[in-house]
Amino acid sequence: MTGLRTWTAAAALALGLLMPPVSAEAAGSLAESALEWPTWAELLRVISLRDYNTRVVVIGTTLLGAAAGLVGTFLLLRKRALLSDTLSHATLPGIALAFMIMSAAGGEGKSLLGLIAGAAVFSVLGTLSVMAIRRWSRLKDDAALGISLSVFFGLGISLLGIATRMETGNAAGLSSFIYGKTASMLFFDALLITLAALGAALFCLAFFKEFGLICFDADYAATQGWPVGWLDLILMSLVVIVTVIGLQAVGLILVVALLIIPPSSARFWTRRLSVMLWLSGLFGALSGLLGSAVSALMANLPAGAVIVLVAAAFFVLSLFLGTDRGLVRITAERRRLAGRIARENLLRALFEMDEGLPDPKAGFPHPRSHDFETLLAERSWSSKRLRRILSKLISKGLIETRPGDRYRLTASGARAAAEVVRKHRLWEAYLITHADVATAQVDMGADKIEHVLEPEMIRELETLLPEYSNAGMPASPHRFDGPKGGL
Amino acid sequence: MPNSTATERPLFPLEDITVTPPAESPLWIHDLTVAYHRKPVLWDIDLAIPEGRLMAVVGPNGAGKSTLIKAVLGLVPTASGRIKIYGKSYRRQRHLVGYVPQRESVDWDFPVNALDVVAMGLYRKIGWFRPVTRKHRKTAMEALAKVGMTDYADRQINQLSGGQQQRVFLARALVQDARVYLMDEPFTGVDVATERAIVTLLKALKEEGKTCVVVHHDLQTVPDYFDHVALLNMRLVAAGPVREVFTEDNLKKTYGGKLTLLSDALQAYAGDPRLPKGKERGEP
Repeated sequence: MTGLRTWTAAAALALGLLMPPVSAEAAGSLAESALEWPTWAELLRVISLRDYNTRVVVIGTTLLGAAAGLVGTFLLLRKRALLSDTLSHATLPGIALAFMIMSAAGGEGKSLLGLIAGAAVFSVLGTLSVMAIRRWSRLKDDAALGISLSVFFGLGISLLGIATRMETGNAAGLSSFIYGKTASMLFFDALLITLAALGAALFCLAFFKEFGLICFDADYAATQGWPVGWLDLILMSLVVIVTVIGLQAVGLILVVALLIIPPSSARFWTRRLSVMLWLSGLFGALSGLLGSAVSALMANLPAGAVIVLVAAAFFVLSLFLGTDRGLVRITAERRRLAGRIARENLLRALFEMDEGLPDPKAGFPHPRSHDFETLLAERSWSSKRLRRILSKLISKGLIETRPGDRYRLTASGARAAAEVVRKHRLWEAYLITHADVATAQVDMGADKIEHVLEPEMIRELETLLPEYSNAGMPASPHRFDGPKGGL
Repeated sequence: MPNSTATERPLFPLEDITVTPPAESPLWIHDLTVAYHRKPVLWDIDLAIPEGRLMAVVGPNGAGKSTLIKAVLGLVPTASGRIKIYGKSYRRQRHLVGYVPQRESVDWDFPVNALDVVAMGLYRKIGWFRPVTRKHRKTAMEALAKVGMTDYADRQINQLSGGQQQRVFLARALVQDARVYLMDEPFTGVDVATERAIVTLLKALKEEGKTCVVVHHDLQTVPDYFDHVALLNMRLVAAGPVREVFTEDNLKKTYGGKLTLLSDALQAYAGDPRLPKGKERGEP
């Protein structure tokens, strides 16, 4: 019974999250030992946000995700993704120091605003140290980032050690800033996140044009009189804000994931900056929502980690299914091109065989039928593949079948074939007459290029090769009677 | 002896404020020296370009051709010297200057299309916080038409050929409607169609009385494409009308024997930690 209940709950969850494929028994045994799987009632409570505490946490992390996704888009495009990692690690000494100062001054020491202020100051210091190392040492970016990140983090851990031994104040819970502790989020924290998220969204909208410009071409922006330094400062300030408000929710180690993964996922779906921006915000929000909901359901799962894993799931999904550069689409396009190339090659083979026969009509051979074996010998394709290509061409009405497994170009097929042959011969002639130019400027396989020649290129070829650009069909520039090669 | 000047002049020349920049010259450079990490790249350049000319800047690799353009635009700090656009500093005259950077200077995988990039040339005119409107897009389309790229306006920029990307950059400079155009190697690695488009464009700009300064690497085409030329190899070897200064003698001076002694001495100077730091920025 326990197993069944667990399984249904898990299945419901799997709608939004990739669940590890565990069998009912395995899940049941897990429930007894490690993870506490939620009951239906708990699931319902979380989904309907009936519980006040859950509501605060879920809304807070959702908005945080959205803000990080928006700001992260520009951060990623400005190629500063790793800087945000250094920046977030540098917050730790700030948190520890702020606590020490506040508790020494007599307070409780854990006022969130104070801690956040300390974190913000030190994230700026961390960024400045990167810039200083770069400016005065001639070290490269990666070294400067690595040095700053580790030194500030080490400093933070040391200060944290000192802070826990202080007599005033209660330092317990400070280390939750490292890994994050979403469950401890209060209404005030959520309010802070809401304000910051709204602010970040507003700034991203207001500076959309300006941020886009400095991300694409900062030098050009500078020549136009745009204050690149100030715009960078605003952008990095937004990053600092998102980082410090995200500390409590996902922790300083993982907050960088919220800044980088959503925009990276968004890039797979679009080639428009504006769409990428909103999509990234959406992915960030969904990651925060689903991640914190799952974490609320399962007491032992820390929210920060789950949020990052959900973001990663979106990333993997985008990597494969993305409509702009997803792997599935790229593979499909490659296959489509390969199919088109094969069809064009077959059309050209038929055309040229017709051309070779006696009594062609002027410039335009009379289509004749050829048997399957002859076609098979034309190029190095398997008979199965040739059948597939033939049936596709037949369904397009470019080839018709004749009795005895023979095939013939239709009238429209002959026209299409003539077009292909013409492109091919123009290209061949170009390679032969201007080969020295071509090898320097063309790095694709020469036999593939004719299939992707654009109209502009064809016009160009025609002006380059006036003797081939007459209205009729140019003769093949090379004549040899051996077996046909790759071209 | 070209390197005899080294002994007569101070190592980093002082600015000569007694010379008044002419207000009618689109680009006037006086005593310009630029150094990267104390290693001089440009040395004591004096150059005045008359209006309405097409000037090629030629010289061997590392001669400082791009640096010259970047110094004019304020993208690299100058060690000394004055640069004036129509008699005033670049900061006050930027609206008069169109810049075409090297194609390799940006990441072409950026999520924008050709029209978006061209519209960037209008951002200054559009101003802070205002969006690009249909009117601006129309202007950008007209600029694209001038470089023969109307059909590619919606094309993602990484799906353009190198030459087409170059033409997008040209169009971005054109929408500014500047009076001086500075172009950094626009002819490098482009196809024939683009080369012809750029030449046509240059002639058209000249017709309109605009001035173009073009970093160029192909010596053969200099007399065909340009009327003025500046021969540069760290220092300015010669500058003026092509038929006067584009001589074998000057070319030999530019490309032939390197200024060995001078550059060796400066190298040694730059590397020696005991010597005082050379100025990298600002006034002397």
